[in-house]
Amino acid sequence: MTSTLFSRRQILTATGGLAVAGSSGLLVPASAAGLAPTPTMRGGPNNYRPGAPIVERIGGGGFTMTGRVRRAGDGMPLPGQRIQMWAHTAEGHERDPHSHGATLTDANGEFIMDMPQIVPAFGQAHGHLAYDSGEFKTVFLRPLMASSSDTSLHVEFVLEPA
Amino acid sequence: MSARTHRLSGLLIWAAVVVIILLALFASASSPFLQWRDPVYQLASFAGIGAFVLMLFQPLLATGLVPGLPGYGGRRVHFYLGLLVVALVSVHVGALWITSPPDVVDALLFVSPTPFSHWGVGAMWALFAAAVVASLRRFLPIRYRNWRRLHVTLVTTAVAGTVLHMLLIEGVMEPLSKVALCIVVVSALLIALARRNQRV
Repeated sequence: MTSTLFSRRQILTATGGLAVAGSSGLLVPASAAGLAPTPTMRGGPNNYRPGAPIVERIGGGGFTMTGRVRRAGDGMPLPGQRIQMWAHTAEGHERDPHSHGATLTDANGEFIMDMPQIVPAFGQAHGHLAYDSGEFKTVFLRPLMASSSDTSLHVEFVLEPA
Repeated sequence: MSARTHRLSGLLIWAAVVVIILLALFASASSPFLQWRDPVYQLASFAGIGAFVLMLFQPLLATGLVPGLPGYGGRRVHFYLGLLVVALVSVHVGALWITSPPDVVDALLFVSPTPFSHWGVGAMWALFAAAVVASLRRFLPIRYRNWRRLHVTLVTTAVAGTVLHMLLIEGVMEPLSKVALCIVVVSALLIALARRNQRV
């Protein structure tokens, strides 16, 4: 006589169902149904210089950094938000002041910055971006370029109130 | 195989090794990335490459497989090259620190976002430990055989960690010659280990 509480088939069906539900997002709690805030990435704040000036373009340009800034939860675009960015580029190291610049998001919460070509440094072609203006929690991003020959990079900020 | 063909094949192998080293160094020296790096950063890159190239000779010197340097002579050179590898790795890390302090601090604390940093820092500590174990041989209360096992384990870890560190990095080394150099260094270590284990 078997005295198991669940048959192997029942367990397999249940765990399989859970796996499907989990991977399809059906198990996300209702309270977090909205957009989750973007976490700060490891290494994101490295070589950050607070208060980089708002500029039309960083250096000679040629590389396009684009992004969108939204509010956590309802996903509403956030206009007028100051985003700072820096990178190791064809015109300077990350720590050089002239490698840093800032811009503001437009009415759709989007921003675009013309900056020098990002080149691989410390083993990876990557940029740095910061939201650090106080109204929302500070977020540092360190996005990687899929290929070091890319001439653009796009990032998404989802901010939560400070 | 006659002694003469044996010597000829040895010569060809050494010629191939030297060509691969020179190709790797030449390809690195012509990397486009160098134009965007200041001298300290360039120094860091080439100190790392130099340390790895020297790692190729270490196991061969220790086992007397370098032509003209059998036995004690080879081990003397092994000792000084070992010191040089430690010095070059220190220059590598120090110059990277000057280039970008927060990135090196992250790497040393194993909190860097880049996995190759973990392998590199792990390899560095294994190398330093191997050097300490080597210098303290006469004072360590362990048998020669166990001392050798310890030293070999540490340097093998250092080589393996360095290879992973290099392969994951997009840097001044040209990818093909980098892989070729890694194969040569790993082969040298394996050949030396195989020779040595036959004898012991």
